[in-house]
Amino acid sequence: MPALTNIAGFPILSLITWLPLVGALVIATMLRGDEETVATNARWAALWTSLLVLVLSLVLWVSFDQSDPGFQFNESVIWMPEFKVGYKMGVDGISVLFVLLSTLLTPICILSAWDAIKVKVREFMMSFLILETMMVGMFCATDFVLFYMFFEGVLIPMYLIIGIWGGPRRVYAAVKFFLYTLAGSVLMLLALIAMWVQAGTTDIATLMQTAFSPHMQTWLFLAFFASFAVKVPMWPVHTWLPDAHVEAPTAGSVILAGVLLKMGAYGFLRFSVPMLPDASTYFAPFIFAISVVAVIYTSLVALAQEDMKKLIAYSSVAHMGVVTIGIFTFNVQGISGALFQMLSHGIVASSLFLVVGVVYDRIHTREIARYGGLGDRMPGYALVFMLFMMASVGLPGTAGFIGEFLVIIGSLQVNFWLALLGGMGMILGAAYMLYLYRRIIFGRITHADLRGILDLSTREWVVFAPLIALTLWMGIYPSSFTSYFDATVGAMVQHHTAALAATTKLAGIVH
Amino acid sequence: MNWTLALPEIVLSVIGLAILVFGVLRKQDSTLACTMFTIGGFLIAGLLVLTRTYGYGFHGQFVKDAFSSFNQILILSGAALATILALDWNKSEGIARFEFPVLMLFSTVGMMIMASAGSLMTLYLGLELQSLALYVLAGFARDNLRSSEAALKYFVLSGLASGLLLYGISLIYGFSGTMDLAALHDLLVQPLSASPGLVVGIVFVLVGLAFKVSAVPFHMWTPDVYEGAPTPVTVFFATAPKVAAMSLLLRVMGTSFASLVGAWQVLVIIVSIASMVLGAFAAIGQTNIKRLMAYSSIGHMGYALIGLSVGNAAGVRGTLLYMVIYVFMTAGTFGCILAMRRKGRAVEQISDLAGLGSNDPALALALAVFMFSLAGIPLMSGFFAKLYIFLAAVQGGLWTLAIIGVLTSVVGAFYYIRIIKVMYFDAPAERFDPRPLPLTFVVAGTGLFTTFFFLFPAPVVSAAQAAAGVLFR
Repeated sequence: MPALTNIAGFPILSLITWLPLVGALVIATMLRGDEETVATNARWAALWTSLLVLVLSLVLWVSFDQSDPGFQFNESVIWMPEFKVGYKMGVDGISVLFVLLSTLLTPICILSAWDAIKVKVREFMMSFLILETMMVGMFCATDFVLFYMFFEGVLIPMYLIIGIWGGPRRVYAAVKFFLYTLAGSVLMLLALIAMWVQAGTTDIATLMQTAFSPHMQTWLFLAFFASFAVKVPMWPVHTWLPDAHVEAPTAGSVILAGVLLKMGAYGFLRFSVPMLPDASTYFAPFIFAISVVAVIYTSLVALAQEDMKKLIAYSSVAHMGVVTIGIFTFNVQGISGALFQMLSHGIVASSLFLVVGVVYDRIHTREIARYGGLGDRMPGYALVFMLFMMASVGLPGTAGFIGEFLVIIGSLQVNFWLALLGGMGMILGAAYMLYLYRRIIFGRITHADLRGILDLSTREWVVFAPLIALTLWMGIYPSSFTSYFDATVGAMVQHHTAALAATTKLAGIVH
Repeated sequence: MNWTLALPEIVLSVIGLAILVFGVLRKQDSTLACTMFTIGGFLIAGLLVLTRTYGYGFHGQFVKDAFSSFNQILILSGAALATILALDWNKSEGIARFEFPVLMLFSTVGMMIMASAGSLMTLYLGLELQSLALYVLAGFARDNLRSSEAALKYFVLSGLASGLLLYGISLIYGFSGTMDLAALHDLLVQPLSASPGLVVGIVFVLVGLAFKVSAVPFHMWTPDVYEGAPTPVTVFFATAPKVAAMSLLLRVMGTSFASLVGAWQVLVIIVSIASMVLGAFAAIGQTNIKRLMAYSSIGHMGYALIGLSVGNAAGVRGTLLYMVIYVFMTAGTFGCILAMRRKGRAVEQISDLAGLGSNDPALALALAVFMFSLAGIPLMSGFFAKLYIFLAAVQGGLWTLAIIGVLTSVVGAFYYIRIIKVMYFDAPAERFDPRPLPLTFVVAGTGLFTTFFFLFPAPVVSAAQAAAGVLFR
């Protein structure tokens, strides 16, 4: 068995996954000198590591075969032969773009935390690199045990990032985040083991082909749901998210919104829908119901927020509600839309947290009422903010539009009311985002300390430039992204329909 | 008679006696030399165990197989780690005497005999040799009231448990006519051979051994003894004797009474659930870290017992793997606890750890690794321990046990991450004294094992597989 080689000629996925960890170890052991020197060197080491990883992942982007719906760049090494568990990596159309999203956002986060993080810089950079290893590993894993390892491993660095560098209520937020997500994922562990015992393997590609009995699927689905719903997060288990977002440092919020929230939806796409087709169909109305509640309720909650980060956190819950609607329509438009929405939300919500971070670094408050009239002093900032605000609302020509539009098309094929209520998110989104923008950018400057506020620095422009470019690119020419997952989504929908037909046929024979 | 099978035990005993003579005859302080000899003795015994000469000795009283070797290696590792950790601690507490390592050694000999007991009589002899040395060790800081109290408490309760165990053994002997484990197995595979008296005897044996692994409801001694005993002795208590007692439990249930799974399974399940639940909830309110670790170890024994309650070789494999991982992460955690000294005095409140992340990043990192591991978070070894054990439970269809297990692990995670919170999120307290070198060595070694177990699980797993294959045949 060729172990680590693949079409790239070298184990590229493992390299992308583990390189940040190596960087973290280097930062941990190699840096010497006084605190200031260590901090500076840690920043640069982390930045270069993450940039190197980004370049490597661009190789993936370029050499990915868009017509192949299966896993590519496969790697396989014997790991625990007694349990038939292997170290298996691979990416398909669904995961490849998330790997890129993770590797893109990490250097951006490191850059955005350049001056904002002043204490324990070395530890911060290490945490971020370890986090990158976990995120990328999770999207690359094609073995369930490996996937779970990374999925839960994310908790450790994120817990530390919120708890050490967070705001005043950071301890509460960190513990809540940790226990909520842990409680969900241990139930998935049991589901994992049950599937493992049933199928005799933990290889994800094989599990997708394994037919589980509808009765078993119901239980497995509920266990998965417990885990992924907390991660997404879906109403009513979303309450950890506003706390975590508000208390986390800017970079933490960015990665939380950008990548960690995608892990739940990715889990639905990777496990629930392809492996448990009957249960997914059975529970789809239930998912639709709570997603619609999430879209409308959290949008209204966002409207009433006084804290900028909390507002964006609630808007994230609403946007992720659109994603879960899309996934469970089981048609090509719906799932493609969900994937696109995940990617665009990953870019746009992250950018919005960075936007908040810019003024927070200057004034050290996130209270909306403390701002106003910034457009006068910070024209560049107002422009950037407007772009991302519009993208979040879903203005055509920006990334946010395509995903929501496709999901609405997809859900129209299921039910008119679902599409209508899910689409309400766009209207309400416009309401709370425009209201936020008005309160911060427009009007007169009423607070004295805002008079001397400075516009975006060069470093901040560097941080925003790739995000701006991507937001527009995704909005204007979405095909360069959808082409990556078209084949995989097509195969997934086909597989789903075939599996349902098989069950119906089986039921017909029995009756 | 095949006495060469017992060579590791014999050699270790002789070394122990020699050290005793050396220590008595030498005029000046010989603690360091005796400790070194003891560790050397453990090494030699370990090498002898690894020669893998398997078979029955002393007319079936003594058995050497993959299972006993596996446990003996683990026992010796735990004992060696505890002995190394004791060296500097005893010196700074003023209780450094050469008897200490010798007692550790004899206790270890007892445990090794427990691991290779071929009959109920050998089992009891090993157990008593182990316990007797442990009584003295628990009260080793004899000027310290709490240490004496711990020793007395342990002595009385352990004596009671030994009595119950002995009563059970006599019942089993009375109703079956043999004390030989293999003969009991052969006798009991015949249907209708289990009389009620025999079952009562099994229950008593189970109770006695449950006391030794400190499983609920026989756990009462654990928090007090853990807290009162000198910390290196607590390290010892938490590692090697647990392995020895667990191996006895597995051996007795897995060979002699394997065919009566139906009769004792429900008992083990109840004990396991009770231990997990109590270990998770009772630890929440603790402020003393040694007490916290006591409840934590009660909980962990509950998880390990899941493997036994499955009642097949896969379950035993899970338990053995759990014990390996448990021993190293526990020894490492206690290594960190031993480093908690200020101005020459040991401190053991959780709040004393405040700000360790800034004061001593290396120690804090190690303790954080152990805490995440104890909580069962990947990539730490503790996750794999839980994975293997839950796999066995689900394979055996014990869903209730598995679900309660994962839920209590979430509760448990709460107090483990609270320690990390204290270390990293709270304002720094005063610094600890500089760490002695051996302690750093143990903490780093166990920390590396705990962190990087995920890279090379295969050798440990296959060794456990081979060991477990001996039982439930």
